[in-house]
Amino acid sequence: MEAFEYANPTSQEEAIKLLAGEWGKTEILAGGTDLLSLIKDGAACPKRLVSLKSVEGLGGIEYKEDSGLRLGAMVTIDELMSHDDVLGHYPALAEAAEAIRSPQICSLGTVGGDLCQRPRCWYYRAGYGLLATYNGKPLVPEGDNRYHAILGNAGPAYFVNPSSLAPILIALGAKVSIQGPQGSREVGVDKFFSTPSAEGQREYDLKPNEILTGITVPPAGGAKMAIYEVRQKEALDWPLAAAAVVLNMDGQTVKSARVVLGHVAPVPWPSPEAEAALAGKAVSEAVADAAGQAAVAKAKPLSMNGYKVQLARVAVKRAVLKAAQGGA
Amino acid sequence: MPKCKYDWPEAGERRLIGKRISRIDGPVKSSGRAKYSYDVNLPGMLCAKMLGCPYAHAKIVSIDTSEAEKLPGVKVVRVIQGPGTEIQWEGDEVVAVAAVTEEIAEDALSKIKVEYEQLPHLVHEEVLTEVGDRGKPAAEIKSGDPDAAFKDKNSVISEGTYGASVIAHCCLEAHGGVYDWPDENTLVTWHSTQNVSGVPGQLAEALGIPAGNVRTICNYMGGGFGSKFGPDRWGMVGAQLAKEAGRPVKLMLPRDAELKLAGGRPSHFAKIRVVAKRDGTVTGWESDSWSTGGPGGGGMPPIPYVLEVPNRVMRHTSVATNIGPTRAWRAPNHPQACLLTMAALDDSAAKLNMDALEFFYKNAGLAGERGEIYRQELRIAADLAGWKNFWHPRGDKTPGPIKRGLGMSMHTWGGRGHNSNCTVTIQPDGSVEVALGSQDLGTGTRTVIALSAAETFGLPIEAITVRIGDSKDPASGASGGSTTVGGVSSSTRRGSVDALEAFLAKLAPSFGVEASALEAANGYVRVKADPSQRLTWKQACAKLGVTPIQASGKNPGPCNLISSGVGGVQIADVSVDTETGLVKINKFVAVQDCGLILDMKTAESQCYGAIIMGITYSLFEEKIMDRVTGRMLNPNMEFYKLAGIGDIGEIIVHMMTGPGYDERGVIGLGEPPVISPGAAISNAVANAIGVRVPTIPITPQKVLAALQKGGKA
Repeated sequence: MEAFEYANPTSQEEAIKLLAGEWGKTEILAGGTDLLSLIKDGAACPKRLVSLKSVEGLGGIEYKEDSGLRLGAMVTIDELMSHDDVLGHYPALAEAAEAIRSPQICSLGTVGGDLCQRPRCWYYRAGYGLLATYNGKPLVPEGDNRYHAILGNAGPAYFVNPSSLAPILIALGAKVSIQGPQGSREVGVDKFFSTPSAEGQREYDLKPNEILTGITVPPAGGAKMAIYEVRQKEALDWPLAAAAVVLNMDGQTVKSARVVLGHVAPVPWPSPEAEAALAGKAVSEAVADAAGQAAVAKAKPLSMNGYKVQLARVAVKRAVLKAAQGGA
Repeated sequence: MPKCKYDWPEAGERRLIGKRISRIDGPVKSSGRAKYSYDVNLPGMLCAKMLGCPYAHAKIVSIDTSEAEKLPGVKVVRVIQGPGTEIQWEGDEVVAVAAVTEEIAEDALSKIKVEYEQLPHLVHEEVLTEVGDRGKPAAEIKSGDPDAAFKDKNSVISEGTYGASVIAHCCLEAHGGVYDWPDENTLVTWHSTQNVSGVPGQLAEALGIPAGNVRTICNYMGGGFGSKFGPDRWGMVGAQLAKEAGRPVKLMLPRDAELKLAGGRPSHFAKIRVVAKRDGTVTGWESDSWSTGGPGGGGMPPIPYVLEVPNRVMRHTSVATNIGPTRAWRAPNHPQACLLTMAALDDSAAKLNMDALEFFYKNAGLAGERGEIYRQELRIAADLAGWKNFWHPRGDKTPGPIKRGLGMSMHTWGGRGHNSNCTVTIQPDGSVEVALGSQDLGTGTRTVIALSAAETFGLPIEAITVRIGDSKDPASGASGGSTTVGGVSSSTRRGSVDALEAFLAKLAPSFGVEASALEAANGYVRVKADPSQRLTWKQACAKLGVTPIQASGKNPGPCNLISSGVGGVQIADVSVDTETGLVKINKFVAVQDCGLILDMKTAESQCYGAIIMGITYSLFEEKIMDRVTGRMLNPNMEFYKLAGIGDIGEIIVHMMTGPGYDERGVIGLGEPPVISPGAAISNAVANAIGVRVPTIPITPQKVLAALQKGGKA
């Protein structure tokens, strides 16, 4: 671990000034649950950490019937999962937070950090770069890709997005607020993530000197919602596949649906195919299964992760059924 | 009266033996006051780190440590393996650095330049046809007439391939220690070890100092499982760095090195054919097995396991790999052999359309003299698991994706007591101390030592002080092979009986009776024939004046306090989600004999711990090796998965006690209950889903593959 500078600004303006104009030189420290392990593993070597702990205006959970939910970026996972308004109006969001399970991560980890954490790809963490190359060749297709992407994996990125909250936030139509030297902007969570095409690019739409300040979630308007994670272990364990579903109902019929998969692609993976399979239908086992099949119809598994296609399909099916039965 | 003076008390006279007694070190451990090797911090202490080779197979060409040496705070840089050395696994230690802080030591490692010549590696052996010339025929054993058995027209043949991957020990307390030279010829080590009395000799020889000048202290340790018998390279390097620096050095392995270097259970795979008569009698066995234990290959597992199939032929191929070194892992080779055998036999039962319980019951006679014990245990285990209600022929036919199944297995182990010496001291102030150079791996060793002395002196367990974990105390054996409880309890019993005898002889004149007329019971020394003539223990001790009573205890020694050879039966009750391949343990039943049980609570705890470890290796653990780079991909506790409390279901332990068991004396229990879980869980999964998942760990990936292959997806 190289020595680094620790900055503890108190305002957003000050924090932004402390951030460098290029990646790698500075890193934003929120809960630190991911960044510190990246530094220890040598996968990140920043010269300066800019802590957001003392920065004003990054905390708090607010709910208004007309505008919905606003989460400060520094809201912890614990705060999110136990907040009455979140539990009452967005139960699937609370469940996604609770599914993180690790008391340590829930207590220190933040909602902004959940979105900006780096992928868990074991080649990346071992120092082969986010796109994981060895002697100039991509490692993942030849190597052990049991946990890698089955969708959006034409290369050179094969990792999966690790966020627990992104799928349900996208399904709920949430946006992130971003503050930079030129002022603030808002981006839909669905647009926030991107697949890097070259080493050095990030997998999210944040410039090196921008900070994510908050998340807004529109009112759910009585929609039914659920998440379903396929995890091998009950305790802290990365999902093998996950799905978030929001159903806008007209009586027993699905008026419109949002279906977003997690842990299957380099980005959270919205599935318009699954959404189309649900629209206008009454949810049944067969309809839910058809949505699951539609969600993975374009999946192209790598050499070892064919099983994840089945898991993603089942995650969608079960999330749809769970949502239809009343949600999380 | 016992027939021999050191014998354990008869059933009616036991006050503590067989009761549920909490660990005497529970409070100090759970409050964090127990100091482990990692907690030792000495004035001026340096921190040491080791640089590992990044390749699975390579030759060291050159090493340049000059930049590291220049770094402020670096005190010693020591080349462990020099140019020309052939490295056989990733992480093998090349250079060590001792510096004033952990961070500086880490930085120094990054400044060392090592040039390697990469050599071809092999880190996968599960498909024998893909190992090339790394596989060498190693053994062929034949007994009876297997050809004839397999040709018998009235018999049924079943066959399958089974296996268990290489796993790590993953000790929660990593390997290593703190090393200090109070003077240039004296070394003190706080080395985390299963072998307190044995480490000094091994270190001294290599360091060129008398063994008596090395002291090893290990008061508490957090798991060894067979991987902490020696000083190891890090112990040696730690001592050398400390000597060179003239300052104490702490060298503990980080988690990744712990998983890559400090353990490893050999893999075992086999293609097996079993032939049985239509009534279920197993008559023949044929196996082609292969395994790896690292660059030296791997030996033949003890198959067929437990049941001596009369006509058998076993061929074995040893595969040399670069997966890493292996060490004894809790019941070496038994869990793997048990899986191979019990899974193959369970498949034979399924092919015969027989209830597995009936099948194993019928064949228990092949276990020889323990056959009847296995039958008793099978009956009890079946009752506890609700076998009659929940077992069904292969494949749960109830609708829905969740399928439930039951599976069983049987195992055996030795467990005789090791050599042990102790000193038992009765002080004039009434305190009693037992001291020996043993160690408590977290198993309850301290507690059974205290219990053995307290039972003998008629005192409460709290009245005994146990001093272990220091090689300056009388030598006691390494904790391996489940030999500790037998060794330390018998030396303590013998020492305590002799100390008591000497004590009573001193007191006899003041009671005006012969020493043999006195006894120590319920906290008093009293006249047997007239218990009202008594002194409290403290009053009696005060009569010693200023001279304590001290006696030595030994094992082996007179009277039969211990024996060996146990059998156990386990049943797993699982639910498998056939859509996701997830396996959940509903219930796990373990029925175990281990002779005379000293402390029922710590005995049951051994079983709980073993079963949790067994569930973990059955479902989660695997050294995941990368074909391309040859490196371990999961040297962390994120992807080297261990079961949590939510993954283990309900565990039911039943210890066999009473006539037929108690009179055998004490037998070790550390290993036996960890042997069967792989087989029991594999069989339960097969019972649930109707097809065999051939290898452990049984991951969702493998379950879905087996369902697909079996046409059940």
